[in-house]
Amino acid sequence: MIEVKGLSKHFNVPIKVSGLSATIKHFFNRQYRRVDAVKALDFSIKEGEFVGFLGANGAGKTTTLKMLTGLIHPSGGSVNINGHTPFDRKKEFLQDITLVMGQKQQLIWDLPAMDSLRINAAVYEISKGDFDERIEELASMLELKDKLTSPVRKLSLGERMKAEFMAALLHRPRLLFLDEPTLGLDINAQSAVRRFLKDYNTRHNATVILTSHYMADITTLCERVLIIHEGGLVHDGVLSELIENFAPFRQVKVELGSDVDKETLSKYGEVESLNGAEARLTVRRDELTEVVSKLLSEQNVLDLTVTDPPIEEIIGRVFQKGSVS
Amino acid sequence: MKYLRLLRLFLSTSIQAEMEYRLNFVIAALSSIGGLAGSLFGLSLFYRGNDVLGGWVWDEALVVLGFFTLLQGVSASFLSANLSKIVGYVQMGTLDFVLLKPVDSQFWLSTRAFSLWGIPDLLLGTFIIGLAGTRLGLGPLDYLSALFPLLCGLVTLYSLWFMLGATSIWFVKVYNVTEVLRKTLEAGRFPITAFPAAWRIFFTYVVPVAFMTSVPAETLLGRGSAPWLLGAIVLAATLSVIARSFWHFALRFYTSASS
Repeated sequence: MIEVKGLSKHFNVPIKVSGLSATIKHFFNRQYRRVDAVKALDFSIKEGEFVGFLGANGAGKTTTLKMLTGLIHPSGGSVNINGHTPFDRKKEFLQDITLVMGQKQQLIWDLPAMDSLRINAAVYEISKGDFDERIEELASMLELKDKLTSPVRKLSLGERMKAEFMAALLHRPRLLFLDEPTLGLDINAQSAVRRFLKDYNTRHNATVILTSHYMADITTLCERVLIIHEGGLVHDGVLSELIENFAPFRQVKVELGSDVDKETLSKYGEVESLNGAEARLTVRRDELTEVVSKLLSEQNVLDLTVTDPPIEEIIGRVFQKGSVS
Repeated sequence: MKYLRLLRLFLSTSIQAEMEYRLNFVIAALSSIGGLAGSLFGLSLFYRGNDVLGGWVWDEALVVLGFFTLLQGVSASFLSANLSKIVGYVQMGTLDFVLLKPVDSQFWLSTRAFSLWGIPDLLLGTFIIGLAGTRLGLGPLDYLSALFPLLCGLVTLYSLWFMLGATSIWFVKVYNVTEVLRKTLEAGRFPITAFPAAWRIFFTYVVPVAFMTSVPAETLLGRGSAPWLLGAIVLAATLSVIARSFWHFALRFYTSASS
């Protein structure tokens, strides 16, 4: 479905200077520095795949996504999506794709979402019958039915994001590009969006490419992850492999009945922080159950949570070790 | 068909959205009445002691002012409402959404919004042309004949404005540039022949203001000449073609706002 060969993009960025005379000189004779945002990417994605795109800020994720959607023109290499070159922006290609960006919105702020949806229906030439049916389907999948007639500015962030999904998916695209779609949502809204995406993916055999900073987005949705670092691909494979290799640890947060010292805690795991009766420990995944049960029986535990290390940390480890093969 | 339906939706959603801010409309009406009164006063100063100015009598000059007011109304309602937003689309990165839709991006950017603000000017302009025309004894055919050059003038103005908007792809902040264009167009409130020769050349060939108000007015007054009319057509056609290819050229440089 998607074939990417040697895809690269460089930008010429003006070199910033400080000081008045230097600024004046800069104004007349601008010096540029070449920045390679994406360097010779090669990968292919099959129909129906759910792929996570990971990388630190500025790694080249969004640039790659924008070249795949045809928004920006590659400096080199090629992208082939179902026989189309994205930048040509052929109608048949655009009918088939969508882009959802967590921090940008296409809905009209002052009007009910329904008005924006009607405009999209006209753009994609969706018949009245299909429109009603799809609105019904999407609204029930997203549990948003009664909110479509109130102005977008009055919706909560979670509701707004769901409405954005409706606008983005009304034309039943078979290829979805999602750039941080759960950004800023609370836990409930995040998991609702995740459930919806999984549902849409299976129901329509849609291909989904997702970037996210939330580990849970990636772990619950993506079978395969591509990791980009400094514009190059450093990992392409199943997620469990990545976690095994680079994050064999879990974070355990405990709150105890009384203050403890570091010594007592360090027999359970590596103590990352200790603040009176609250502590954060790093524990190996294979010892997790044992450690947690020991903690619960030996200490007066008021509260205990186990979390994955943040995705940045895992990626950080990947980068430290360099390429994985 | 698809584009007609979109136009209807764009119009209705824009009006709905504008209705949320009703006071704006009252202010717009007051400001266009004030602006027109100022122009009338200015024009009357030139005519004090003169019957004819650059070959135009008072009522004929009023026709030019009428076309100018009309043009301002069109600018506020259609051009400014849409084209000034291109800058915002580029800055916010929401141009992405427009570009990813199977719809002509120039069409979307040029028609998406409609502002009620221009309506007072549209009404006043029509009223002045009608008033001066009646005093000059013009007939329906005269009005009809002026429609075509007026349309050409509008296309010319639109194309210039759209190209300036398109430069925001490179410069992002070009509010000032469109402001310069607006100010230059102010010259259109007076007949072109009222200006000294050097300015006449500037307003005809550099910023073609002459084609926007003076040429339609002359046609309406039955003084239109073939070379000027032909010029208006050629200019409008050429500029709209250039504007379109310029937009597609500019898009190659679009880098999209980073997230």
